This record gives sequence, structure tokens and C-alpha cells, in this order.
Amino acid sequence: MTKSMWILAAGALCTTAALAQKNAAVQSIEEYRAMLQDGNPAELFEAKGEGLWKQKRGPKNASLEQCDLGKGPGVVKGAFVELPRYFPDTQKMQDLESRLVTCMETLQGFNGAEIAKTRFGRGEQNNVTALATWISAESKGMRFNLPQNHPQEKTFYEVGKRLFFQRGGPHDFSCASCHGEDDKRIRLQDLPNLTKNPGDGIGVAAWPAYRVSNGQMWGMQLRLNDCYRQQRFPYPGFGSDATIALGVYLGVNSKGSASVAPAIKR
Amino acid sequence: MKTIATTTAALLGAAAIVAGCASTPATPDYDKLTDEIVKASFRDEGIVKVTTLTQTDETNRLCSAADVAGKPLDEKTAKRIEAENLKAVKWPTDGKFLGDWREGERIAQSGRGLTYTDDATVVNGGNCYNCHQIDKKEISFGTIGPSLYNYGKIRGVADPSSPASKAIVEYTWGKIWNAKAYNACSNMPRAGHTGILTEAQVRHVVALLLDPKSPVNQ
Repeated sequence: MTKSMWILAAGALCTTAALAQKNAAVQSIEEYRAMLQDGNPAELFEAKGEGLWKQKRGPKNASLEQCDLGKGPGVVKGAFVELPRYFPDTQKMQDLESRLVTCMETLQGFNGAEIAKTRFGRGEQNNVTALATWISAESKGMRFNLPQNHPQEKTFYEVGKRLFFQRGGPHDFSCASCHGEDDKRIRLQDLPNLTKNPGDGIGVAAWPAYRVSNGQMWGMQLRLNDCYRQQRFPYPGFGSDATIALGVYLGVNSKGSASVAPAIKR
Repeated sequence: MKTIATTTAALLGAAAIVAGCASTPATPDYDKLTDEIVKASFRDEGIVKVTTLTQTDETNRLCSAADVAGKPLDEKTAKRIEAENLKAVKWPTDGKFLGDWREGERIAQSGRGLTYTDDATVVNGGNCYNCHQIDKKEISFGTIGPSLYNYGKIRGVADPSSPASKAIVEYTWGKIWNAKAYNACSNMPRAGHTGILTEAQVRHVVALLLDPKSPVNQ
């Protein structure tokens, strides 16, 4: 929680009656969130991502303009709301970020395995995040509609569902511990119920997002990774099948939700 | 990464071949595939080992499966799981159930420890406020668990050392030590059982809930 949020919450505490305290605090937080909407630094990452898409880079000195994100080479609009999906060329299920790494390898000559191993927020991972931010923005307002035709797409949904409910670690947490019921909170943070469609702009429909609390731009891979970290789970590999399968489960559940990505978060 | 792709491709390939040969498409063994994908996708990092997932206990395995099926455990299985967890509760070695509620409040506030970015020297918190209302002065509380405000007062605990309070004091200890002893698939961690909190820390949290002087019971 940021300092300004605490000040708002504390201010509300001093001036209102006991019964109104909670409502006032919640209202203050809503005002804080509305203020955040005024300017979203994600726009800077969008601009960077668009530039990177068109820029000739890498050992092959090529742009990404012929990258196939699932709707044919070079088609960006609408690609985001249909990912993850099955790609015949790699014979793999891929999400936006892992697909971008494939294109950076095949078109530009980068070492995909090296990028996958790079820590979030470092080197080419920053470029993957910026690209994902711009590509998601190109589908803003469009509705999620992940394909479920290929057998692997169906299989990954089923695996993703099992991962969502997998309890483990010292706390016995699963994704469902926090995201399995309606109208729950951790501290003051509202938790979407991700076992069904959580609604427009919620859950997968909000990431990538700019995090105000740490000043970072986060893609879905980092979002899932940090959820797992807080679950006290071990480290999920970047673009690993577990993260893709979970993305399929969440994405299919969100069918029909409008994307607001890139969003802004506390 | 190569091994991951190969393992998954092999498993999926096998499923596809089986499906291709049979007159009716065979359903892949999703549970087995999930286990393989977990092994291939996660890696040890810092103090967190992959075995914390692959070698989890029967309680977690059965409750996960029940969640996937969307059906609670059958009553007989639930009772058996609860009995086994209750048997595993370690009761206070010196017979003293209550510590210092002020310490308990600090533990309840803390959500630290046991992530892959924590080192082993971090003093673990209880994560209590993440899910429960406790002291009414703290407005930043979660709602996954029930409110614990006035926990002892509501239960009529005027003197925790009295025989009248014995059952509720023991239940409170047991619930914090191993929540699954009373509700097989509870969302609540087993703070003592899995080593999140020490015996001394559990004692302090019990005091936060049951000491008549604790702000919880004002």
C-alpha cells in the first residue's frame, strides 16, 4: 500500500464516526484509484513497444513486423484477446510473451532460451514487456475469445484448472485460496473470483499493467510469477507450460470480457 | 527448457496417438499430465524447493482433487483427514496455552517469510490480518476468513485458565496449529503443523484471541 493511500485512509479515520470508518476508507481508496486513471505511465511502455516492433534489431537486423501472433504474420489488432493459443510452427501452446520470444529468435536471431532465462526487468525482458504492453493496447476494448479447437488448447485448459486448484507449499495455498469466491479481500485489496468470468477489465483483462507501488510495468508472466511467489510456491519458469496452462484457464473463463490492458494498478 | 518441451510434447503426443487409434477419442490423463508439467515448469529458488509441491501430503492432494471436481470430500474421507490432522497437533509442552497478546498482534500483522525471495533467517509472520478482522483498530483486514473481533468474549472466556474455558482454549490452539483438524479442506494454513509459526508464536496468537485484556476482547 502506498503512503498516499495510508494518508487518505488515516484522514478518513480521524473525521468520521466508527460505523462510517470502513466505508470512508474504501471510498478514499476508490478516489485514489480514480486519480491513478488520470495518467497511466503504461503509455510510455506502449510507445517503446511500438518502436521495438518496427525497429530492425538483433543478429539478423530485422523487425518483428512479420511476427505471427496467431492471426497471421503482422496482424496485431485482436491478437491479444485470443492468447494463449496453439501455434503449428512451434507445435506448442504459447502466450503473448513466449510467442514474442519465438519471433525474436526466428526473425531477429536472438537466443530465445537466453531471453527466457533473463530476470524480469533486465535486458531483453524489458523489451518483451514493452512489446506485450503495446500489443495488448492494440486490442483495448475487444473481448476475450481464446480458441478452444485444437486438442492441446482443450488439454491446457484442463491442466490449467488443476493448477488453479493445486494446494501446496507450507501454507497449503492454491490460486483458489484467494481467487475462488466472490467479494473477498486480502487486507483492503479486492480479489476477483477467477473460477468464472470476473467481468470486463478484471483479471486477465487488466494485464499487462503499470504498478504504481513499485513503478514497474508487469506482463502476465510476472503477474503469475509473483502470485506463485506469494503463494510460497517455487519459481515458475518464464513461458513454462504451467504458466501457459494457467493463462488458458483464466483466459477461457474470461470469454466475452472486454480488455482494458494495459491497466494501472496500485 | 528443451526437456520441458520434449516431456510435454511426448505426453501430448502419446495422448494424441491413443486418441487417433481408438474408435472414440480417449481423454488424456489430465492429472498425470499436470504432475509432469509441474515438475518441468517449476524450479528450486532460494529456500523454496519444488518438492513442496510434488511431495505435498494426502490432505492437500485430496482437497485439490475435490476442488477440481467441484464437490466437497465425502463425509467419511473428511472425518478421516480431520482425525489424522488432529492426531498430529502438538500441544504446548509446558501446558501453557496463552502467551503475550502484544506479541500475538505483531505476529498477526506480519505476512513475512517463506517466499522464494525470503532468506531462512526471516521471522515468519502469521498472515492473520490478510484474511481476518481481529483488533477493531486495524481497518486493513481481509475477509477470506471470519471476523475474530471479540473472539474470546463471544465465547464467554472470562478466565482462560478456568476449567470452563478449557475446551475453547484447546480448540483455539488446535485450530491455529492445524486448521485441517477441524475442517479437512479449510483455506486456513496449518501454522504449527507445517512450521510457519513456532510453538512460542502460536502461544502469543492464542493470547491475542483469548486474553481478556487483549484489544480483541474489549
